Amino acid sequence: MARMTLTEKIMARHAGRPSVEPGENVWVGVDILMTHDVCGPGTIGIFKEEFGPAAKVWDKDRVVIIPDHYIFTAEEKCHRNIQILRDFVKEQGLRYYYDADFVQGSGMPSPYRDPNKTNYKGVCHKALPEEGHVRPGEILLGTDSHTCTAGAFGQFATGVGNTDAAFAMGTGKTWLKVPPTMKFTFHGRIPPYLTAKDLILAVIGQISVSGATYKTMYFAGEGIASLTLEDRMTLTNMAIEAGGKNGVCDVDEKTLAYVRKRSTRPNWEVLKDDPGCAYCYEHAWDLATMEPMVAKPHSPDNKDTARNCRDVKLDRAYIGSCTGGKITDMIFAATILQGKQVKIPTYVVPGSTEVHSDMLKLNLKGQPKQAGQKSVYEVLQDAGCQIGPSGCAACLGGPSDTFGRLNEPIACISTTNRNFPGRMGHKDAGVYLASPLTVAASALTGFVTDPRDYVSGPIETGLAGVA
Amino acid sequence: MSQIITGPAFVLGDDVDTDQIIPAEYLSYNPSDASERKYFGMYALSGVPRSQSGLPGGGQRFVEEGQYKTKYAIVIGGKNFGCGSSREHAPLAIAEAGAKVVVAEFYARIFYRNCVNGGYLLPCETTQRLVHEVRTGDQCAVDIASATLTNKTTGKTYTLRPLGDAKPIIDAGGIFPYARQTGMIKAG
Repeated sequence: MARMTLTEKIMARHAGRPSVEPGENVWVGVDILMTHDVCGPGTIGIFKEEFGPAAKVWDKDRVVIIPDHYIFTAEEKCHRNIQILRDFVKEQGLRYYYDADFVQGSGMPSPYRDPNKTNYKGVCHKALPEEGHVRPGEILLGTDSHTCTAGAFGQFATGVGNTDAAFAMGTGKTWLKVPPTMKFTFHGRIPPYLTAKDLILAVIGQISVSGATYKTMYFAGEGIASLTLEDRMTLTNMAIEAGGKNGVCDVDEKTLAYVRKRSTRPNWEVLKDDPGCAYCYEHAWDLATMEPMVAKPHSPDNKDTARNCRDVKLDRAYIGSCTGGKITDMIFAATILQGKQVKIPTYVVPGSTEVHSDMLKLNLKGQPKQAGQKSVYEVLQDAGCQIGPSGCAACLGGPSDTFGRLNEPIACISTTNRNFPGRMGHKDAGVYLASPLTVAASALTGFVTDPRDYVSGPIETGLAGVA
Repeated sequence: MSQIITGPAFVLGDDVDTDQIIPAEYLSYNPSDASERKYFGMYALSGVPRSQSGLPGGGQRFVEEGQYKTKYAIVIGGKNFGCGSSREHAPLAIAEAGAKVVVAEFYARIFYRNCVNGGYLLPCETTQRLVHEVRTGDQCAVDIASATLTNKTTGKTYTLRPLGDAKPIIDAGGIFPYARQTGMIKAG
């Protein structure tokens, strides 16, 4: 029997074959197909054109639609696009749709009043696992490059275009080239001044924005086991920033506890790399020797240490997105900002309505707040942050009225994922990518700041994001 | 698809990401709406920084202000063309503007896949870096059958890599025609 990696095993099982090898093209069955408001209308258009106006999706329980990109904008085409999703969901009888129910009529929609009382979830990559659509051993396709986030749960997840999505929508199948696997091992335990963001920026800085093109990025070692599930999602989320086809982490008790609680589907399989399987690249880091990192404008691989950039003056800080808008990210940032005031405008966007809800109910240790304690939300608000409603928001710029968008050529430090020219709005704005700890520390000084100046001890996030 | 594509070339550098190819603010247009699709042509490559837009000098527009179509038939790029998001609007925008082929050293995988599966553009790869061999506006010819690019302005010819695994899908015109030809889905 061939020795295979996790990704090869998933592909072999979904292709109905005993084994596959890197470089082979295989047709595989898809477990879940996800789309959103930016790529959904185009996907639906191609689906109808190719399969006919009366066509039905291959499985109405496996097509998941999550509007998240252009929600809080007055642009009418964006409202129209949400209506296209609604009409399609109704026509097809889709079971899993998370409507931005407050988008009605014209003008800037009033956000949900209570994050617990809306069908809207926010960023798809955060909502997919929360709503139980992510399971080990499965194949997830999504019309968004950060679909690779779900690989943190030991599955194969990758981004596709509208045509591929429309094809899968009608057939439940797609063709994939089996990728070779690159193994990145992290030894030691994560120290309190680092988050997964520093690790992935170090990796991308080493292999470049095209270093993993057509490849799987496997994050291994006890250092990864020491991360929260949410922080592992930050690693796999940014696999695409190195050109990776997918990113994966091993499944452990943290993964199993989360998936068992969230998913209603019982038949999934925990797979792992066979001992002695082949890797096309291997590199190991010792977490104790790593430093807080930034990616300077205008590329995620333009790496430097936060300390080296201390003379860089900033105009804005941004905490949000599928990469850096999870509840653990919010706790990291709030721990630094507690009792202090930001010096530059600092925008905070919860990655999902669940994150928003947790920000309101949890304290800085990730526990339900007791009388007299402040919530994560209150700490951020007291520090002078502007907190918006959940969604993709300014991570990808979006319409000009998007919350936090860089409409001027300014310098911004951000917990998001990409800093190519124009990504957050203005073509000449300079975006520094960093961890929530580094972004929060920088918000306090107005310069890129190493969080070691502010972190005195371990930051406990408790069961935040997993309970 | 035509086997020889001729016309002026538009030259770009490395890591041209999908936000440069079609900035996110235009993604509210629906590519499946015939009256909106043309706007992707209008804004194709409008996110490229001025200094990098039309090398070597920069400062050139792929599509003139207020127009929907480009005068360039061929886009030349360096490494990792089309990196970033999975938006199919990217190859669609270049094709909608009227260009037929991109020639780069290599592509980000989702962009390449979208070019092929959607049947928008020919994504050719070169064995040699052409960014410094071709100037924006040079008359070029891409010959698919002989796998060459000729810069008619300089008279030099360069070799393209074989299309490889993707060739049957490119020849069919996309994943849907390919699937019909091979009996995977019912012929429409």
